[in-house]
Amino acid sequence: MSTAMDSGEEIGAIRTLRRGVHFSPELKEGIGGTLALAVLASAGQVVVPIAVQQVLDRGVNGPGGPDVSFTVWAGVIAALAIVVTSFASYRMTTRLFTSAERGLATLRTKAFRHVHDLPLLTQNTERRGALVSRVTSDVDQVSQFLVFGGLLFVVSVGQVLVATVVMVVYSWQLALVVWLCFAPLFLSLRYFQRKLSDAYGTVRRQVGLMLSAVSEPVVGAAVVRSYAVEHRTQRRIDEAIDAHKAASTRAQGFTAFSFSLGGVSAGLANAGVLIVGIWLGQGRLWGGDITAGQVLAFAFLVTLFVGPVQMGTQILTDAQNAIAGWRRVIGILETPADLVDPGEAGAVLPRGPIDVRFEHVSFAYPGGPLVLRDVDLAISSGTRVAVVGETGSGKSTVAKLLTRLMDPSEGRVLLDGIDVRDIGSASLRRSVVLVPQEGFLFDDTLAANVRYGRLDATDDDIRASAEELGLGDWLGGLPRGIETQVGQRGESLSAGERQLVALLRAHLADPDLLVLDEATSAVDPALEMRIGRALERLMNGRTSVTIAHRLSTAENADEVVVVDRGQVVQRGPHAALVAEEGGVYAGLHSSWVAQQGR
Amino acid sequence: MADEHGQQGRGSTSAGFRVLWVAIKREPWIFTVSTLGSVLFGALTVADAWVLGWSTDHVVLPAFETGEVGADMLLAVLGLFLGVAILRAVGIVARRLGAGVMQYRMQAHTRRAVTRQYLTLPMEWHQRHPTGQLLSNANSDVEAAWGPIAPLPMAVGTVAMMVIAIVQMLLADVVLALVGLTIFPVVIAVNVAYQRLAQGWMTRAQQLRAEVSEIAHESFDGAMVVKTLGREPEETERFGSRARELRDVNIKAGRIRAAFDPTLAALPNIGVLVVLAVGVSRVLSGATDAGAVVTVAYLLTIVSFPIRSIGWLLGEFPRSVVGYRRVRGVLDATGEMPYGDRTAAAPAGARGASLAVEGLAYSYEPGRRLLDGVDLAVAPGRTVAVVGATASGKSTLTMLLSRLVDPDAGRILLDGTDLRDLARGELAEAVASVPQTPFLFDDTVRGNVTLGADVTDDEVWAALRAAQADGFVAALAHGLDTRLGERGTSLSGGQRQRISLARALVRRPRLLVLDDATSAVDPEVEARILAALRDETGAGPTLVVVAYRKATIALADQVVHLQGGRIVDRGTHAELLRRSPSYAHLVNAYETEHDETHDDQGVNA
Ligand SMILES: Nc1ncnc2c1ncn2[C@@H]1O[C@H](COP(=O)(O)OP(=O)(O)OP(=O)(O)O)[C@@H](O)[C@H]1O
Ligand SMILES: Nc1ncnc2c1ncn2[C@@H]1O[C@H](COP(=O)(O)OP(=O)(O)OP(=O)(O)O)[C@@H](O)[C@H]1O
Ligand SMILES: [Mg+2]
Ligand SMILES: [Mg+2]
Repeated sequence: MSTAMDSGEEIGAIRTLRRGVHFSPELKEGIGGTLALAVLASAGQVVVPIAVQQVLDRGVNGPGGPDVSFTVWAGVIAALAIVVTSFASYRMTTRLFTSAERGLATLRTKAFRHVHDLPLLTQNTERRGALVSRVTSDVDQVSQFLVFGGLLFVVSVGQVLVATVVMVVYSWQLALVVWLCFAPLFLSLRYFQRKLSDAYGTVRRQVGLMLSAVSEPVVGAAVVRSYAVEHRTQRRIDEAIDAHKAASTRAQGFTAFSFSLGGVSAGLANAGVLIVGIWLGQGRLWGGDITAGQVLAFAFLVTLFVGPVQMGTQILTDAQNAIAGWRRVIGILETPADLVDPGEAGAVLPRGPIDVRFEHVSFAYPGGPLVLRDVDLAISSGTRVAVVGETGSGKSTVAKLLTRLMDPSEGRVLLDGIDVRDIGSASLRRSVVLVPQEGFLFDDTLAANVRYGRLDATDDDIRASAEELGLGDWLGGLPRGIETQVGQRGESLSAGERQLVALLRAHLADPDLLVLDEATSAVDPALEMRIGRALERLMNGRTSVTIAHRLSTAENADEVVVVDRGQVVQRGPHAALVAEEGGVYAGLHSSWVAQQGR
Repeated sequence: MADEHGQQGRGSTSAGFRVLWVAIKREPWIFTVSTLGSVLFGALTVADAWVLGWSTDHVVLPAFETGEVGADMLLAVLGLFLGVAILRAVGIVARRLGAGVMQYRMQAHTRRAVTRQYLTLPMEWHQRHPTGQLLSNANSDVEAAWGPIAPLPMAVGTVAMMVIAIVQMLLADVVLALVGLTIFPVVIAVNVAYQRLAQGWMTRAQQLRAEVSEIAHESFDGAMVVKTLGREPEETERFGSRARELRDVNIKAGRIRAAFDPTLAALPNIGVLVVLAVGVSRVLSGATDAGAVVTVAYLLTIVSFPIRSIGWLLGEFPRSVVGYRRVRGVLDATGEMPYGDRTAAAPAGARGASLAVEGLAYSYEPGRRLLDGVDLAVAPGRTVAVVGATASGKSTLTMLLSRLVDPDAGRILLDGTDLRDLARGELAEAVASVPQTPFLFDDTVRGNVTLGADVTDDEVWAALRAAQADGFVAALAHGLDTRLGERGTSLSGGQRQRISLARALVRRPRLLVLDDATSAVDPEVEARILAALRDETGAGPTLVVVAYRKATIALADQVVHLQGGRIVDRGTHAELLRRSPSYAHLVNAYETEHDETHDDQGVNA
């Protein structure tokens, strides 16, 4: 499944690194010092064996018997080298951990923020589990690489270069032989990297899919149980788990194979050096003159070359996993936030009731048909408007356009005469509040959820606004009052209670334009009427748009807007619309009355 | 806190091995193959030196001395080197691929087991465990638990190398060997210290990983609310503060790791130096010869590689132990619902099931009964309406009816059988329940309706028609094959509700429970839906409806009025209206309002 967010997954490794560093500037901080420490640490690793070698050759095995003073001195130097190396290595790793973790925390947070900045519709193109994997496990992959791979790779490349120079000084012909033997490896590296990159890209995607497969039945646990579809669900999860396993194994296969190529090249190089060395010694090639000792010495030089090459290829391979994760995170950050916030330059809505105008608004969900067609609508400030219509007629779509959760495909939405696209998002969110049809509460206390509407509200403010809405009795009846834990998604409350909290939250936000989308559909009629009367009072001097199937709201509204198949077909006060014989509204209303048994 | 960390640190090396043992027992063959690969690799590394020596003695030196060398000898050199290299490559592939396969298989086993638990543990357990945390258990904790498998074959393979080197050391010079071997207790001490220091942070880090995942999941779940209230900065801060905490803990754990690795690498080198110092004095005193010193020192440097690779293994232990414990926490969670062995077969000729609820009590929290003393008897094919104010316990009652939870007291009988005596899956054969909030899967329309049940497309269409969903489904681009997106995002609220309804209807249940399942359905539609449930003869399923609409209620044979979790009154709609003011207040609310407004208008006019 390709999503809008996969765009970043096309970019190459180098660009990924560059973009990665761009998003996490901390990665660059103090990199010079860390590199110096790395050089020191790897130099030390060479000094120690050399010192030991020297002590053995000249100290213990000295020509005139053991040389105690040389041994002591060399030993002291070696001990110092060990201390310095270990310390340098400790400092280097610490610094790497610090800058990598700092950089990644920034990256994680930026990506998280960007997910929220994405338009609602783009958010919906990817499942939540997969989105979560992008800011969690994908980032974790990068961390491993940055700490244990990145620098080592640079050092390895340096070592390969140094070894090459030394080899050329010894014998350029043999150096050439070594490089020729490694040429197939180096040339095939690109191919393998691409393969690996694909393979690990698949692995990361599979992690996302697996998390989605796991999260869905967890969230829908009740449905899974009441329909006894555990087996089928488990099968789907197992498929995702197995797909992840298969992808990982495939990637590991490539890794192992490409790593083993280095060993074969090394064997080839060793044989090549000896054979060509003999030819050179025999003067059969390039008129070379070389001694047996030189050939053998060169054979040891080859190991200096092979070690870092193998290290380097291993790091490169392991890096592909990290890069694949990194790409996915960057993929999010590079997905444009379509609903551009004009920011500082944006207009500010003046406080006070807002008037709303839709001008020739059409809207289609991505890849779908038009669900709103050429809608014109004017809601004058301070009125209470009810929007009614059949299921799927486009009411919620109107609400989402009105509150700029999406922008119209054509036409304009104007608030107080200003195009919503030109209003600063802070001002817009401050003045316009939507209570969506799909309510959502955070796993916290009732108070915390209500306070989400106005951060500085005190407990007393919350209680007071509950009183205003006619919810004082209900709140008082809860054993823990506003400290009640609402549970995940609010599921420890009843459906009606969840709506009450959402309503309270919106009321506390004190908007100038309140849009209620089926906000009291699960509340009992008596309470709903009580809330309706309270809102009527509270919305005095504000504009409100209410979407409801229960036409009681429409009966009491200043104006009713009837939406039918994506178009506004009727509008006017209730009394006038009921009177329009054969109108959509008259039909809706008469069945409502019939349902009420009146 | 420090104390707690110490406690956990003590047993963690052995705990780490125990975790690995679980994996080895589960995948002995792959483990053997990868370890053999590792041994092959080690042996051939030694063989490489041998080939070089042989080539020097038999080919290079003679060639330079005599100036003559046969092509066959050159080919032999090439063949030997390449042969060894290729065999070694085989060793590498066996080791790395083996380790990978073992690791991924273990991950898959554990993930299957963990998710199986998610599916069997009861609802109460789910309500206590946030989705994000469960995701983290199935992902990052499993990954952490089996992390040490990657370096395992290498470490085991090199143990052989180490043992050989140690034996050779002892043969060369016992005293020097013992001096050199003193590094081992130090290695162990360093490891214990590391495990102890690191474990606490690792525990915290895994916990924080779960929290970060939890916040992300919840926040993305509620993205719409975040957006509509413009709370992106606050959400980012909530996530960011946890991410920063995780960062700090990772840095602290990293610092310990950063000290551990070079210390372990340095120890053999220090051992060599000590051996040299002691060796020189022993050579001087004539106790040993220089050759023995060289041998022991050389062997000690060889040992340094196995020690490092074992260090990589041990370095993974703290995270592994922590991850494994968190996974076990899920696997060991109890509370699986017990099932009986009875079937829910219909008595001959009956379309509806009989339902009896006796003395039912249920509480979410101990000591606070939400439902109490609920009794209910519904004859086959009859309809009962449950009416009650918000939060009076209606949904809780429906949850009990479909056995999402078991009652604290009392019982529910379906055709005379206690729900708890039914075999697993039997209840769903007879009872379908449409929840108040519809939940759709990221699947096609067909998949969402059938949920894998064996029904034909015609039956799916019939159910959609009965739920008044056929119209909009037919208009969808791919009809029944249209994918609905996660939780059905691409549908309107009412459309989702109807699909959820069709899902129940397609099963032709004998007891249908509708929990306010038509709130977003247009008024006239509901009556048609209810009418469609009955066949030509008027027979239909037994029906429990939670509803507020008077027309719906009036259709019911019996109405129970639920108040504060108790049935305060029951009878027909008309009876209740007549005798219960609170009932009348509840169901007549719209009408009263309606009359009032009309009165107002009348006065004004
Ligand atoms: N995210 C989406 N992607 C594609 N199509 C969508 C999406 N959301 C809604 N639709 C379609 O757009 C149309 C209008 O949906 P909308 O949610 O506005 O209806 P509604 O009038 O609010 O209905 P209801 O009364 O059921 O809430 C429906 O046909 C629906 O299937
Ligand atoms: N998981 C839970 N944990 C704790 N309390 C809960 C839980 N679920 C529901 N409750 C509480 O139990 C009471 C009854 O909830 P229930 O959902 O049964 O009400 P309801 O009658 O269906 O209400 P509504 O008409 O709003 O749907 C409420 O006070 C609610 O807060
Ligand atoms: Mg809607
Ligand atoms: Mg309910």
